[in-house]
Amino acid sequence: MSTSAFVGETYRKRLIVFYIPLFLFVFAMLFPFFWMLITSIKTDAELYNRRVSPFLVRDPTFEHWRMLFQDTLFLQWVWNTLWVAVVSTGISLFAGVLGGYALARLTFRGSTVFSIWIFITYLVPPALLFIPLTGVMSFFGLMDSRASLMFAYPTFLVPFCIWLLIGYFQTIPKELEECARIDGATRVQAMVKIVLPLAVPGILSAGIFAFTLSWNEFLYALVFLSSPENKTVPVGVTGELILGDVFFWGPLMAGALFGSVPVAIVYSFFVEHYVSGMTGAVKG
Amino acid sequence: MAQILIKDLYKSYGETPAVRGINLTIDENEFVVLVGPSGCGKTTTLRMIAGLEHITAGEIYIGERLINDVPPRDRDIAMVFQNYALYPHMTVHENMSFGLRLRKLPKDEIGRRVREAAEILDIGELLDRRPKQLSGGQRQRVAMGRAIVRNPDAFLFDEPLSNLDAKLRVQMRTEIKLIHQRVRTTVVYVTHDQVEAMTLADRIVVMNDGVVEQVAPPQEMYDHPATRFVAGFIGSPAMNFLPCKLTGNGSGLSVILSDGIRLNVPANRESRYRDYADRDLMFGIRPEHLTEQRQHTNAEQQDFTCKVGVLEPMGIDTMVFMNIEGADVCARAAPRSVKGPGEDMMFTIDMQNMHLIDPESDRIL
Ligand SMILES: Nc1ncnc2c1ncn2[C@@H]1O[C@H](COP(=O)(O)OP(=O)(O)OP(=O)(O)O)[C@@H](O)[C@H]1O
Ligand SMILES: [Mg+2]
Repeated sequence: MSTSAFVGETYRKRLIVFYIPLFLFVFAMLFPFFWMLITSIKTDAELYNRRVSPFLVRDPTFEHWRMLFQDTLFLQWVWNTLWVAVVSTGISLFAGVLGGYALARLTFRGSTVFSIWIFITYLVPPALLFIPLTGVMSFFGLMDSRASLMFAYPTFLVPFCIWLLIGYFQTIPKELEECARIDGATRVQAMVKIVLPLAVPGILSAGIFAFTLSWNEFLYALVFLSSPENKTVPVGVTGELILGDVFFWGPLMAGALFGSVPVAIVYSFFVEHYVSGMTGAVKG
Repeated sequence: MAQILIKDLYKSYGETPAVRGINLTIDENEFVVLVGPSGCGKTTTLRMIAGLEHITAGEIYIGERLINDVPPRDRDIAMVFQNYALYPHMTVHENMSFGLRLRKLPKDEIGRRVREAAEILDIGELLDRRPKQLSGGQRQRVAMGRAIVRNPDAFLFDEPLSNLDAKLRVQMRTEIKLIHQRVRTTVVYVTHDQVEAMTLADRIVVMNDGVVEQVAPPQEMYDHPATRFVAGFIGSPAMNFLPCKLTGNGSGLSVILSDGIRLNVPANRESRYRDYADRDLMFGIRPEHLTEQRQHTNAEQQDFTCKVGVLEPMGIDTMVFMNIEGADVCARAAPRSVKGPGEDMMFTIDMQNMHLIDPESDRIL
């Protein structure tokens, strides 16, 4: 314990090992947001003027914001992205919970091989997969629809969730379930009443990961969607606000800023669970 | 409150057998302790009774009912696990009432049963706590309470005391015995601690390497072990085993332990041992039947001399270790009667409590 005699020394130590790295980290994390914000509220004249400091705004304007919300389909893109992210996260969590539970708990013939294959499917890069998937989507008539992404994203989200949740389910003692089953629960009841409540942190982590991955996904969205009203935020902003080699920096940055806000909210809302989910383990 | 009948029970994990043919009848309200060294298949047997482990071959009946394919929840048993397995997200009350709530009992009935069990176990004040806020001993009680409220046909315990410290273990041991006297039920209790087995059991089942070595009440198990394994496993310090030769001496028989130690076999054992005369056998004697020289209280006590090796004072007695023809032998002597290491000392051996083991079958003759 630090008594007052040691405060000076521990403070210097904390400064070096804690506050300075923390400051650098926070700076690196927040600077892009700051840059997005100031760029989006500068006039074009000020933005391209190389004589003034780029870090200050002398003449703030919300013209670019207005342009983003009124002249583009930005709100529609946010709605599309949200819808796609929620549905594909939902599908992936549902499959991930059931698959992760089964692979962690039930031993059936080939269960190990099966879980290794799931992992391998996760390793197949989207850059390879998007070509055959395009064929599949057009076969089912899903091209240029949000549904195409809702089905495409689980191809990488489901294996991801299964793998994360296998690990989490394995930290929950098997005896709890066995005891519940002796106490009178069916396997499903034991899972729903005992395992799932204890796995909430793990499920939340998987959900947040899945949500952010789908929110930010670019490649499939770029390939599958063509009409502006169907686009998601990442492809909408880059597709409609970069015309040829003309960059509309102001609206572009405003779009980036407002596009990352929901993810930031989701993160901060669940961060507590999320951290305990990553550090795992239910005790006692 | 039911009989458990186990017939030719067999279990293998892949190629490796864990339980290799067990036959056992556990009577109504009997307290049976399965004891044996690590890996002998105790837990596996218990888990098969509970329905948590698939039965490879054989049959288990609870009451009249064959339960091989009955799921655990329909077997009407309760189990206390080694790590207690309390549900961490529920309070003590919720933990204890979990099974009753699943069975949709009326609320007041549940409350009454939980209160009764809590009173028996003296955990009334803990009902609103979560498992995390309990000490090891309290968790143990809650785990037992959760079993008691169910009022099952049989209780299964898997090493319930092994996570407690030595003092608490003794205390809980007594308490389990008391609870069994109050809540009479069939109990199957697994432990690897032979003291626990001796103190708790109506009957002990000694297991070794997947088979039952012997089933008997504690005292009988102690006095008349059936195999060398049981003889060595039950009792602490363990029984001494020495290679010996059985020879005839005129009308009687005697056991030759070494050139200088020749002991007469009690007359009432002669017919039992006669066929084994002139064979190399194993001689067994418990340390408490091998003492410092004492006034003989029966005709079968005999004296011999041996050099003292090491002394281990235990307070009430001193363990005297010596070496007879390469075998380490332990005697239990009164502290003030022992000689120093290296000196010759006179011992009295009570041949009434001797055992002879056939080394080929390891059975006690
Ligand atoms: N799930 C399993 N898979 C494979 N082998 C197992 C499994 N469970 C137990 N075994 C094996 O079966 C044998 C009996 O195990 P068991 O757990 O019944 O022993 P035990 O008598 O309870 O021992 P302990 O006193 O250490 O708890 C051991 O050899 C063990 O390695
Ligand atoms: Mg065990």
